[in-house]
Amino acid sequence: MMHSAESQNLKDGEVSTGTTIIAIPFQGGVVVGADSRTSTGSYVAVRTSDKIACLSDHIYACRSGSAADTQALTDYIRYYLQQLKIETGRPARVKSAAHLLQKLVYQNKDNLSAGMIVAGWDPVEGPAIYSIALGGTCLKVPFAFSGSGSLYITGLLDSEFRENMSKEEARALVKKALAHAMARDGSSGGIIRTVAITAEGNDRDYTSELPYGPVSY
Amino acid sequence: MASSGAGYDLSASTFSPDGRIFQVEYASKAVENAGTVIGIKASNGIVLGVSKPLLHKMVVPSTCSYKRIHSVDEHAGIASTGFLPDARQLVGRAIDEAANWEDQYGVKVPPDVLADRLGYFMHYYTLSGGLRPFGASCVIGAYDQDTKQYKLHMVEPNGSAASYYGVATGKGKQAAKTELEKLNLHKEPCTVDEAVQHIAKILTMLHQENKDNEGKPLEMELSWICEASKYKHVGVPKARIAEVKAWVQEQLEEEDDDEEEAMEE
Repeated sequence: MMHSAESQNLKDGEVSTGTTIIAIPFQGGVVVGADSRTSTGSYVAVRTSDKIACLSDHIYACRSGSAADTQALTDYIRYYLQQLKIETGRPARVKSAAHLLQKLVYQNKDNLSAGMIVAGWDPVEGPAIYSIALGGTCLKVPFAFSGSGSLYITGLLDSEFRENMSKEEARALVKKALAHAMARDGSSGGIIRTVAITAEGNDRDYTSELPYGPVSY
Repeated sequence: MASSGAGYDLSASTFSPDGRIFQVEYASKAVENAGTVIGIKASNGIVLGVSKPLLHKMVVPSTCSYKRIHSVDEHAGIASTGFLPDARQLVGRAIDEAANWEDQYGVKVPPDVLADRLGYFMHYYTLSGGLRPFGASCVIGAYDQDTKQYKLHMVEPNGSAASYYGVATGKGKQAAKTELEKLNLHKEPCTVDEAVQHIAKILTMLHQENKDNEGKPLEMELSWICEASKYKHVGVPKARIAEVKAWVQEQLEEEDDDEEEAMEE
C-alpha cells in the first residue's frame, strides 16, 4: 500500500484523491487543472473523477486528500458563497472563498484531510490563487500546485512558470506539468481536466492525450 | 401631529385601525427631541456632524465623555441621536456585525450590508414580545473598499435603512433638510472640505436660532472618511474644526450684515 501523505490520515476503506492539482494565472484569468484518479489504496476506484469543483460563477476549488472531506467542504463553501451573493448583491471575492475554507479546515483540522487550491477571478482583484494546506494554512500565491504528485513537478514549474502568459500558454503548462506528475506518481493518473476562468466565462475541457508519458506524441 | 393612540398605543404588538404602530412612531419622537445629526456624502468622502449643546456648566466639554460619534470599524462610523444609551447599544451591535463579517469572509463589511444588518436588528425590537423599539436613529458613514465608493446610510427606529446623498435627523431636521436641499447634493456632490463647512454652518445656525440656547456654547462633533484620513473613520482634526468655526462665524456675520442692509432699503 502506498504510504502517501494522504493515506496516513485516511480511515480504513476511505477513498483518497491522491492527486495532482495545479492553478496557473494568465492575463485576465486563471487555468486550474487536475488529474482524474481516485484511489483506495492501490485500487483505482474512479478513473475519470472530477476534482475541480465550482464554488461560484468565477471561483473554483481543486480537491486533494480525502474525497469525502473535500466534497463536504466544497458543498459548504458553495452554499456560503450563494448566501453571500444574495446578501451583498455582488460576486464573491476569491479572498472570501479562501478565507471561509480556511476557517472550516482550521477549526476541524483534527477530523479532516484536505489540501485544496482556491482559484478564480473577481472584479476587485482580478485573477487570484490561494493554497490551503492540511492544517488550515491559507497562502495567496502567484501559482499553486498540490497533492501527492505535485512533489515531482516542483522543479518543472519553478523553471517554466512566467508572469502574464496567455490563456493557451497557461493551459499548455498546466497540461505538461500534470502529465509529468502523472507519469511518476502512482496515485495520479487518468485524464487531464482543465478549467480556464475569466471574467467573460469559464471554459472546461479534458484530454486523454498527455503531452508527456510512456508513449510520446 | 398629536394624534391620540386611544388604546392602540399600549404595545408594539398592536396595529391601529388606520394601519399604524404607535409605539414605533413614539420611538421616532424620542429621536426628534434630541440633538441634530447631519451627514453628507461628498464626491471624495463622507462627513458626519453632531450638535452637542453644552447641557450645563458642570459637564466636562470634551469628545471623550458623552461621545456621539463612534467608529464601528476602521472604514465605518456611526453618528447617533435619540436616547443615547439606546444608541450606544446599536453601535455595539454594529461593531459586532462588522467584526463578525471580517472574521467570516476576510474582507471589510460593505456599507450597505452593515446598514441592512443594523436595520434588521432594530426592526426585531419592534415586533418581539416584551421588547420596546430603540429610541435612536443611526447615521452610518462608510467606505466600501471593494468598489472604492463612499456610502451614507441612515437607520431609523422602525428598522428602515436607506442610502442618502445628505441626511439630517434630530431636533433641527426640518431646517437642516431644507438647507441640505439647497446644496443640490443629489445633482452635484460637493467636496469633503466643503461638506465640513456646510455641516458646521448648518449646525451653528440651528443652534443660534433656538433662543433656549442663549448663552450656551455649541459643541460640535465632526468626523470624516476621506483620502486625507487614509480612508479611515476619524475625527476631523481639531485645527480644521477651529478653522471651520472661524469661517462659519464670518459667513454668519456677513449674512446678518446683508440682511440688515436689505431691511434698511
